Amino acid sequence: MASIKILLDKCTGCTLCVKSCPFGAIHMAERKAVIDMAKCTLCGACAEACKFAAIELEKAGGPAKDLSAYKDVWVFCEQKKGVIQSISFELLGEGRKLADKLGVKLCAVLLGGGMEDAAEKLGERGADKVYLVDHPALKAYQDEPYTAVLVKLVEEFKPEVILCGASTIGRSLISRVAIKTSAGLTADCTGLDIDEKERLLLQTRPAFGGNIMATIIAPDHRPQMATVRHKVMKEAPVQPGRTAEIVSKAYPEETFASRTRLLNVVEELTSTVNISEADIIVSGGRGMGGKENFALLEELAKVLGGAVGASRSAVDADWIPYSHQVGQTGKTVCPKLYIACGISGQIQHLIGMQSSKVIVAINKDPDAPIFKIATYGIVGDVNELVPALTREFRRVLNK
Amino acid sequence: MDYLITEQQTMMRDLARKIAQEKIKPVAAHYDETEEFAWPIMKILADSDLFGVYIPEKYGGLGGGILDMCLVTEELSRACGGIALGYAGTGLGTLPILLHGSEEQKLKYLPDIAKGKRLAAFCLTEAEAGSDAGSIKTTARKEGDKYILNGTKQWITNAGEAEIYTVIAITDKTKGIRGASAFIVEKGTKGMEFGKKEKKMGIRASATREVIFTDCEIPAANLLSKEGMGFIVALKTLDTSRPGVAAQAVGIAQGALDHALDYARTRVQFGAPISSFQAIQHMLADMGTQLEAARALTYATARMADSGAKAMSKDSAMAKLFASDMAMKVTTDAVQILAGYGYMRDYPVEKYMRDAKITQIYEGTNQIQRNVIAANMLKEAHKN
Amino acid sequence: MNIIVCIKQVPNTTDVRIDPATNTLIRDGVESVINPFDAYAIEEAVRLRERCGGKVTAVTMGPPQAETALKEAISLGCDDAVLVSDRKFAGSDTWATSYTLAAAIRKLEGFDVILCGKQASDGDTAQVGPGISAHLDIPQVTYVKKICEINDKLAKVERMTEEGYDVLETPLPCLFTVVKEINTPRMPSMKGLMRAKAAKITKFTAADLDADPAALGLDGSPTRVVKIFTPEPRKGGEMIAGSVSDVAKELAELLKGEVI
Repeated sequence: MASIKILLDKCTGCTLCVKSCPFGAIHMAERKAVIDMAKCTLCGACAEACKFAAIELEKAGGPAKDLSAYKDVWVFCEQKKGVIQSISFELLGEGRKLADKLGVKLCAVLLGGGMEDAAEKLGERGADKVYLVDHPALKAYQDEPYTAVLVKLVEEFKPEVILCGASTIGRSLISRVAIKTSAGLTADCTGLDIDEKERLLLQTRPAFGGNIMATIIAPDHRPQMATVRHKVMKEAPVQPGRTAEIVSKAYPEETFASRTRLLNVVEELTSTVNISEADIIVSGGRGMGGKENFALLEELAKVLGGAVGASRSAVDADWIPYSHQVGQTGKTVCPKLYIACGISGQIQHLIGMQSSKVIVAINKDPDAPIFKIATYGIVGDVNELVPALTREFRRVLNK
Repeated sequence: MDYLITEQQTMMRDLARKIAQEKIKPVAAHYDETEEFAWPIMKILADSDLFGVYIPEKYGGLGGGILDMCLVTEELSRACGGIALGYAGTGLGTLPILLHGSEEQKLKYLPDIAKGKRLAAFCLTEAEAGSDAGSIKTTARKEGDKYILNGTKQWITNAGEAEIYTVIAITDKTKGIRGASAFIVEKGTKGMEFGKKEKKMGIRASATREVIFTDCEIPAANLLSKEGMGFIVALKTLDTSRPGVAAQAVGIAQGALDHALDYARTRVQFGAPISSFQAIQHMLADMGTQLEAARALTYATARMADSGAKAMSKDSAMAKLFASDMAMKVTTDAVQILAGYGYMRDYPVEKYMRDAKITQIYEGTNQIQRNVIAANMLKEAHKN
Repeated sequence: MNIIVCIKQVPNTTDVRIDPATNTLIRDGVESVINPFDAYAIEEAVRLRERCGGKVTAVTMGPPQAETALKEAISLGCDDAVLVSDRKFAGSDTWATSYTLAAAIRKLEGFDVILCGKQASDGDTAQVGPGISAHLDIPQVTYVKKICEINDKLAKVERMTEEGYDVLETPLPCLFTVVKEINTPRMPSMKGLMRAKAAKITKFTAADLDADPAALGLDGSPTRVVKIFTPEPRKGGEMIAGSVSDVAKELAELLKGEVI
């Protein structure tokens, strides 16, 4: 069983470990660090922080797995209705960098029905190779056939790294694949890098609603899997004429069996695009004063080509459907521009939007917490300011 | 201050506080504005078993008493005195059955009330019988195994929303107040109608209507206690329920004080939070002290009721008088601390002030309470 | 119908603050609560029981103090609760956590539906629910926003997607992870609170499970945290003041080119 201990002869009582512990499990007694085992989760943050190698974190050693057979960086390319989703291009952009650092190939994995042409195109986005499994049962995403196919591909071709979008599909699929292949999986990464010496994927992600960041590795397991947050990485540029090797795989029919049956796909066409995809979000909170005032936001969003978001209190008041909710119990977004109108900035809301590139806050309360994180803040009445902004942007954008 | 309440009482207070904070506070302004009856909140209170805290276990309640009812009323009022009245008004309407009902009547009505399936209302006041409750005109005429009710009750809390009404009516005009009797009338009985909803200064989330009886026939079995006992039933009910009004006042004051404290700590003037100014500190100190004194008196009186005290008119009048006058003062001072913001309807404090006012008026104006207190004091002095 | 709901005790994010002096997480006085998403799973489990009859068992893996989360689950209507707790589970990542929970669930007397919140508010991984279904080799539907129909054998549910929702039919037993839209959780009841106070929580240690010791805790976790740091806190920028039209002009000027 794994264990952690303080090497008393090496501990200098410097308290670095106390500060590093995210679980408050270390205190000092007689100038030496003491770990409260009831609170310790063996996360290893203290061992990393200790400058004197005084904290020993031991893992029971199993027989070392031969990892040398695992090569290449894979990107799972998500498609909906035959259209490859933009997150996939972001992953190919990032995957290219990782593959180059590792000196391996970047491979796209594409599952679908009638996707041959799309597969060809992935070379232009930087893929060296495309693993294509084309079957009618893969047309729309379903957990079981997708899992079965991806597991088979992994077992046969042994990738070193697999990246997948932190989307509804990505998170549902890859979690199952990681279990079936005994792989390490890190969710919702916002930063990826390679430790070239150890050939390790360094996966950085927010935890505690973005209050802390953690860098995670999977030292003894392959493939190293990560889901990556949408809109964080840059899309791979299109290189016209660049081609990729297409590896088409067919599997026996039972591979595509699914116990669940997809009966229907419903698209809810609200006036504005969906907030996870939007580059610009105009968001409203309780300060909007009422349902009718959300029309002002829609107008502004329309002029900007953006989507309409909302805080929890606006959703709870039934001013706008839940699918528009940004924040802890809603969606996490990181658009280029987030305009928060009448949103005070409760921590639960900030969690969902504070990584937006530019934040504009409009609120009548000058002390609203939202101003503490806003790039530009305006104190005033949203019902006057929003229409004024709409007019101004319409003029500037010649719409 | 630690009032040494039981573990179960702590649990119910905390639950009421949670519901008030999470469910009532966010909608208090909405119901104040629209004057709708907060049925969704009543449903939550029902599902949480809080309607049954003062009803014996035998009838599906939790077996507590008036103190339990006060703890819940206080916490709900802290978020909204109007919504809290849907709860407290049911308590008032239930007390006649609890105190004077037959075993049969208790078994028939209390379980539904305890579960919050049906709300209750108490009907005493009439247009010409306010403080002078003795001059009520509503009559109940016995015919065979039925009573026929005629007359109009005014300003009845929960009227129209409640399903169980306890009604005081005259059965024998010749006997004055000894000719009054108490009845249970169920909503939907033919000949029972409701007047239009009153528009009020405060507690606007509560429903207040006339209850109009026109040859309204009810079974004779719905008579509470005996004929002629109506006034005893009413007085005993009010003696027992007044700590509830006091608790409502304490809760309203606490809610206003919470806001005032919050505001004083964050509002900066002359470069410092206004809570650093002695003028504000002394106001806060007085508000806190008066509030605590009212709470102590309220709980002490509620405990007295739960101990089965026979004569407690003076004590419960004192609690209601003191707590409601305190609430008016504390809520007024809270508005003063928020000053301009306090006066604006965008901020929640002026509502507390409007809500507090009714506690000085209903279930006997504070002038009537003083009469009761003085009369009892003089009677005691005479005895000694 | 046997319904299992998996929950996690997490620090209340409203309370989580960063100490600006040391740049570390202040955990003192941070209240532990049931993961907000799990509250919807609990409510849905209780509603399923009210619809179909049966029994709801809440399961959590965590330190001994996680018992309070289970008691809360009982106060909200769960019938039974199981605490899976052992020092041997310390250091579990999502692989080991889902392995351990799956092993605990196998010890229970069968199940038709397993409900989980879509993710936990401290880790935000959304991996444990699907992980459990993979270990148990049962079908899953993630991000469920409505259980439309359900009987002993089949369920028809709606899965929330970025664009709308999918309608799926699945045989039971099945695991669902649920989103907020599925319901409004009820408040605890007094009777529930009293039952919770008296309730006996079943406890499983590593020895009680049919589990490979090498697959538990840190040893069974493929991933390891190598660094924890606090991100540079986002700073407030400039305030724009002036008349409504001036403000609008200035903002449009500032954003032009850069983001629009």
